[in-house]
Amino acid sequence: MKVLSVKDLSKLYYLGERLPNSLRDTIAGVFSSRRSTKDELWALKDVSFELSDGETLGIVGSNGAGKSTLLKVLSRITKPTSGRAEISGRVGSLLEVGTGFHNELSGRENIYLNGAILGMKRAEIQKKFDEIVDFSEIERFLDTPLKHYSSGMYMRLAFSVAAHLDPEILIVDEVLAVGDVGFQKKCLSKMRDIGESGRTILFVSHDMRAVARLCSRVVWLDKGKVRGDGQSDSVIAEYLHEQTNISSVWKADESNPTGNDHAKLISARVIGEDRQSIQSLDIRKSVGIEMTYEVRGDKVITPNIHFFDESGTCILVSHDWYGVWKDKARPAGTYRSIVWVPGNFFSEGRITVAVAASTYEPMEVHFVVWDALSFYVTDSIDGDSARGDYTGQFPGVVRPILDWETTSD
Amino acid sequence: MMSSTETTTIEPKRFLRSFDLGDLWRHRELLFFMIWRDVKIRYKQAAFGIAWAILQPVVTTIIFTLIFSSLARFDTADVPYPLFALSGVMVWLFVHTSITMASNSFVTNTNLVTKVYFPRLILPLAATFAALSDLILSVVIVVLMMFYFGVAVTPQLLLAPLFLILAIGLAASLGTLFSALNVRFRDVKFALPFVLQVWMIASPIFYPPSLLSEKWRLVYAINPMVGILEGVRASLFGTAIDWQVVGVSGISIVVITVISLFVFKSMEDDFADIV
Repeated sequence: MKVLSVKDLSKLYYLGERLPNSLRDTIAGVFSSRRSTKDELWALKDVSFELSDGETLGIVGSNGAGKSTLLKVLSRITKPTSGRAEISGRVGSLLEVGTGFHNELSGRENIYLNGAILGMKRAEIQKKFDEIVDFSEIERFLDTPLKHYSSGMYMRLAFSVAAHLDPEILIVDEVLAVGDVGFQKKCLSKMRDIGESGRTILFVSHDMRAVARLCSRVVWLDKGKVRGDGQSDSVIAEYLHEQTNISSVWKADESNPTGNDHAKLISARVIGEDRQSIQSLDIRKSVGIEMTYEVRGDKVITPNIHFFDESGTCILVSHDWYGVWKDKARPAGTYRSIVWVPGNFFSEGRITVAVAASTYEPMEVHFVVWDALSFYVTDSIDGDSARGDYTGQFPGVVRPILDWETTSD
Repeated sequence: MMSSTETTTIEPKRFLRSFDLGDLWRHRELLFFMIWRDVKIRYKQAAFGIAWAILQPVVTTIIFTLIFSSLARFDTADVPYPLFALSGVMVWLFVHTSITMASNSFVTNTNLVTKVYFPRLILPLAATFAALSDLILSVVIVVLMMFYFGVAVTPQLLLAPLFLILAIGLAASLGTLFSALNVRFRDVKFALPFVLQVWMIASPIFYPPSLLSEKWRLVYAINPMVGILEGVRASLFGTAIDWQVVGVSGISIVVITVISLFVFKSMEDDFADIV
């Protein structure tokens, strides 16, 4: 069943001196020419997509891509310039948590006020009141004015009300980015519960890992238009590749060879178990880095691959030390080397790959392409990866499944 | 699983779109919560709390009484001047306070407007109704003074709700109008206090309308405060009601309401983008 259908939705803003701000400007504006089209900005342009009952859709895109505008239009905060959208079911919209909170009012009073602002009925708030208080962990301060709350308490209270909104369609902006880590985890799993209970979620975030984890489908907005729409891991990978200009396939520029007289890199790519190019990787599957290169045959050539995580930390370096051409120069020709990294090894997120070939005695680097390739690792929440059933932030540079031995004394 | 069949359609704004009262009705609980919030904050933030709501009309009345009982003696028929003045001051302060509060309702609640949807009319309406709390306190003082001066209550008191509704209607309309204009034009902040001051002097608050010559009676009633004050005083003190004056002011209020709603409706869709 379709619960949301968006058809050719567009929203136009005027930049700069957008609207006359005083009476005098308005009167003056009547006599001057109309504003030029140069100042127009289409925050959304002909955006169309549909969403079915129970789907969890992530919306990604760089700043100014139109994500927030889309959420605002779908939340009825602002009207579209053209096009239309139809939503069936009760919409709960969370563009900010704690909207309408007032510092002079107590926690208890703010729960009621905020609940009403988010669209809950009085009776509903009353029914869920204890649950909300429990979730927020602020019971002792319930009758204290909000101005005496710490920012952590404030956020917890705010999110607790929001989490109990119980809509059929939930529209969420990046509100999870705030608050302490422990509470963030609680929120993410609460959101997953909402998704699993068959409700439809529309989620905007800059945290690609959270999007990949929560959403089955992703719409990629770019300058107000839909650039991609599909399975979350592939759309996220495409989006990230464009963001960084690094893709999962690398080819040498023929007029400007990469390498020296002894070895030249021709191409490199990221491949899956079936030896086809991939952009994103299921954390449980192995991944191969394939490099094709040409050697002149006068030196010992050792291909090597470096893996980096998003923070730039080098995860590992691997050399072809023990192959057929160990310690001897191979005959001139074109070679293809693949290094396989087993499944359940990398952590989730984007991995960047450097491809190189060197000679070690004496040390000489023939070629090295630092940001040659990248791919995106997604950790499912099926329960059979290292994260098990845990859905929150999961630290660590690598994520192997290790053996545990537990005995009782 | 899907119990409700509530459908929301999102479309570009249309000029002169029908006025969606149903939407306002569905959000009635939010309106009550916003009134409750405004009242609560109003008395919580001030150190003297509700004392202000009493002090303001009482002190104003005392000043008027001191000045006008020695300088100019107004003919207020059988009504003692302090009572006459206080009844005028209390209605005026309600209109003044609610318009001032309502005119700021979007500017001071920016985060509500840009982050959640609700019928925008709720904010100025809540401000207007919140100002009623002050009026209720003033009414208590008027009643006490009526006892003091021995002014008897007549069956005409039953008409009081009618004039209260007119006063609320006037305050709510103008509050709504200025709240919308204030989002768009920062001039409102400077112009409004001035406009209100002129309006106060032009209204029979501390002088009786009989001060003007008879032939201007109905023209004067175009100022809606004239009819409202006439009615409020008549129902409180049992004096004769000039229904022609009330009628002209009533029409004036209806016209103001229609214009205000029209302006508000044509501007409200842009609030989130420009506030």
